[in-house]
Amino acid sequence: MKRIALLGMPNTGKSTFFNRLTGASARVGNWPGITVDLMSAKVLLGGAMVEIIDLPGVYDIHGFSDDELVVRHFIENNPIDLVLIILNTTQIERQLSLALQVKQLGLPALLLLNMADEAKKYGVTVDIKKMSQAMNMPVVLLSAKYGSGYAHAYQAISNAIQASLPIATQQVSEKLQLDDQIESTMESVLKQAVQVPTQMSENLTTRLDRVLLHPWLGLPLFFGVMYLLFQAIFILGKPLQDGVAWGLGLFRGGVLDPLLHNLPAPLPGLLLDGIYNGVGTVAAFVPIIVLFFLFMALVEDSGYLSRAAFLMDALMAKMGLDGRSFVMMLMGFGCNVPALMGTRVMRSRSLRLLTMLVIPFSLCSARLQVFVFITSALFAPKNAPLVLFSLYLFSFAAAIATALLFKKRYANNEPFILELPPYRLPTWRQIVLRGWHEVRHFLGRASKFIIAGVVMVWILTHFPQDAAPGGSDTWAGMIGHFLAPVLDPLGINQQLAIALIFGFVAKEIVIGSLAVIYGLEGSALMSTMAHQLDWVQAYSFMLFTLIYTPCLSTLATLKTESRSNAYTALALVWPLALAWLLSFAFYQGARALGY
Amino acid sequence: MNTVRLSTLKPGESATIAALHTDEALYHRLAAMGFRIGKRIDLVRRAKFAGPLHVRIGTTDIMLRRSDAQHIDVTPAGASE
Ligand SMILES: Nc1nc2c(ncn2[C@@H]2O[C@H](COP(=O)(O)OP(=O)(O)O)[C@@H](O)[C@H]2O)c(=O)[nH]1
Ligand SMILES: [Mg+2]
Repeated sequence: MKRIALLGMPNTGKSTFFNRLTGASARVGNWPGITVDLMSAKVLLGGAMVEIIDLPGVYDIHGFSDDELVVRHFIENNPIDLVLIILNTTQIERQLSLALQVKQLGLPALLLLNMADEAKKYGVTVDIKKMSQAMNMPVVLLSAKYGSGYAHAYQAISNAIQASLPIATQQVSEKLQLDDQIESTMESVLKQAVQVPTQMSENLTTRLDRVLLHPWLGLPLFFGVMYLLFQAIFILGKPLQDGVAWGLGLFRGGVLDPLLHNLPAPLPGLLLDGIYNGVGTVAAFVPIIVLFFLFMALVEDSGYLSRAAFLMDALMAKMGLDGRSFVMMLMGFGCNVPALMGTRVMRSRSLRLLTMLVIPFSLCSARLQVFVFITSALFAPKNAPLVLFSLYLFSFAAAIATALLFKKRYANNEPFILELPPYRLPTWRQIVLRGWHEVRHFLGRASKFIIAGVVMVWILTHFPQDAAPGGSDTWAGMIGHFLAPVLDPLGINQQLAIALIFGFVAKEIVIGSLAVIYGLEGSALMSTMAHQLDWVQAYSFMLFTLIYTPCLSTLATLKTESRSNAYTALALVWPLALAWLLSFAFYQGARALGY
Repeated sequence: MNTVRLSTLKPGESATIAALHTDEALYHRLAAMGFRIGKRIDLVRRAKFAGPLHVRIGTTDIMLRRSDAQHIDVTPAGASE
């Protein structure tokens, strides 16, 4: 099968183009470093199946950061029939260097000048014919986001791929060693075909920056915006969640109970109290999670993240981190795994390791489900948002404390240079794609972990057969008993202990397993828990859940990204210890104060 | 020619890039970002608390730390000859 690779500098629209070409949903964001891994898809192009590969952005083919090595390794080892070089037309003046590097490698190439819409606004014009002659390759001007010029690009690609012959990787590999001067060629191509205004005119981005990057207002504005976004998620999401939970309960009572109740003995219990209750309790959170990611997509695409890096860098530097670390922590609020992978844009290993050590403290969307559930069960509606907010503060505090504690060990002096892209708005298509992507991600995790998890919990709480379900004679009861000396001082009871054990695999299982352990769902589960626990216990449990070992996927990612067992062990044990200490201090402190 | 370090420019001032005193890897990254000898560079703003600088080269806005900006020499506009 023929193979096409997309190559370009970070944040030039490679993934946007890839999605349009293949119908895939690679993650798109207005931040240099959203794609740090290869993604491929197969499409029918010019009458034959072709494999398309979305590469991470590179500034330079000879670059040395981990994401740049991914690209270099790929082009050295895989025969490529056609390279699509994508660049941001607005910045053609500097980005053309990458196109010339590819040309030098002798790979068959086609040049896509993307973001035609923005180039027009900035007054950058390119003479396509002259450019094509000067570069000796087909050149197409297009907007991958809005679609203008796309049909033309599609045609050019099918023509080129039909005509192309792959180049032996050996040759490419040899030429990669060379590093000829391309500056003079670049000058001459630009002079022939490109016109750029000498001074960038005042535009929306410069005006917005004046406010959002204001020396004194910048940071308060940033936190204000974040706070409002979270408020919006809950104001919009809570009724939806209640609606889904209500619907699922109705479905069980009206359809499933009568349908399944005369199956042989353990089956109805396993199917209804185990799987249905467990998965249903988790599924009720899908609307909040989708909303969360829609807002996240908006923030990521806006270009505000780079501004956050600018505003926070001075503070982060004091912790041995940099502005990018902060942005990765923010991304970690969605899911820790891509945030960890996002650190590949850092070149210094120390900086990467330190950043990866703090990311797992970011209160990810899976933990958010647990906290929303418990705060609405145990706290008055008036206080619940405040409690949730305090957990976010603890999330930051744990990260800061960890960075300060370990910054000597991971000292670095990596330079920090980052592009501040223009502000952009995502299209509806991008937002819907992202939301759909997250639903699929959730369903994937649900089928992998949650069902298996709740079945395990159901078995643990219902066997041996003669024990009373959920009682102290069951296997779960025995485990709880065994852990009691460690967890009792934190106010964490047996039921919660079982949930914590499964939360190690994935935080989504925590509430699912609580539903199974208590044999209840929805509001009945909430009121039983409110009966059994007081707020001090509940808060201690939440603190522990927030800080202790992230999920199994996070741990696996830490291992593959660090390629070090010792580091992975540290990333496992340190949060566990910190979680215990914090919960202990909180629980005993609150009790000593008489709560 | 009287050159100064990029880190000493004030917001609103512009200059011409005169020299990059960096290691090879950083040199490549800076070049790809548009830092080339002879290019005009504007200092847009400086973050508080000794934070990073916001500069503009052509149509690209870039932030960089002051410590990195120390390795870049520029000729302030109006101070040529
Ligand atoms: N205005 C405009 N924005 C675009 C275009 N193509 C992509 N973008 C935006 O540019 C940013 C980077 O896109 P992405 O596909 O993630 O770039 P990648 O890093 O090269 O994969 C996102 O905010 C996109 O929405 C385009 O043609 N016009
Ligand atoms: Mg991408």
